[in-house]
Amino acid sequence: MNAGDPIPELKVTADKLTPVRYAGASGDFNPIHVDDEFAQRVGLPGRILHGLWTMAQVARALTDAGGGPHSLERLDVTFRGMALPDREITVTGTVVEVGDGLAKVDVRAEQDGKAIVRGGEADLRL
Amino acid sequence: MPDTTLIGKSFAPGLYAVGREKIREYAIAVGETNPLHHDLQVARNHGYDDLVAPPMFAVVYCSSSIGAAMFDPELGIEFDRLLHGSQEFRWGPLVIAGDEITTSVTLKDVSTRAGMAFYVFESVSTNQRDETVCVGLWTDIVREAAS
Repeated sequence: MNAGDPIPELKVTADKLTPVRYAGASGDFNPIHVDDEFAQRVGLPGRILHGLWTMAQVARALTDAGGGPHSLERLDVTFRGMALPDREITVTGTVVEVGDGLAKVDVRAEQDGKAIVRGGEADLRL
Repeated sequence: MPDTTLIGKSFAPGLYAVGREKIREYAIAVGETNPLHHDLQVARNHGYDDLVAPPMFAVVYCSSSIGAAMFDPELGIEFDRLLHGSQEFRWGPLVIAGDEITTSVTLKDVSTRAGMAFYVFESVSTNQRDETVCVGLWTDIVREAAS
């Protein structure tokens, strides 16, 4: 890995049941993620994806690039807007610095051309 | 206005026993395909005693501890106005099925900006060998009630 290199892009589309499955796996049953009627009552188009599920997609792009789960030393993200099922999410990243056995990678995730994770920074163990 | 005198408050640590099937369930939910999270033989061939938890499995073993902190009545966070603003994790040794993880949470900061309250919680998770496996910074944003 060298400064300026992109990491392989990750594309993923959650299905309608993904937030329900993730709620069960993570224990986060906030109704905006599992209950369409509730989500619509609070002004959302429908149930939305968990931010931490989206962060897991960013982490997956990084561990795939780094060669496995051991490679991810740090990940710091800011959540923006919301992500919906049935629409493609793209995770991209660029190596910004390499040194001391670590690669610093800037990462972001977007859906429909809008950032859902922005200003993401990661350290990968080399 | 959030109560800044609560900065520094620590919450009772929680213990989480990492199960093999919970790792598989989580890995499926997030679309992890690396066989280290699914296939015991592959994990053992790579020198691990059992299935390896994906790094973001930290969300699962921190869940009850961070939940107890965020739901603390003294903080009085109103959940219908809560947004997850940002999240940082730093990871140490990998978490393996069979590990027992203890997570302690502290309220690191409380501030107000642009009519919103910011709560920053720090979680420190250690395994049964007292190795720090994950440190998390959880930033929650609470929109103020209209006055």
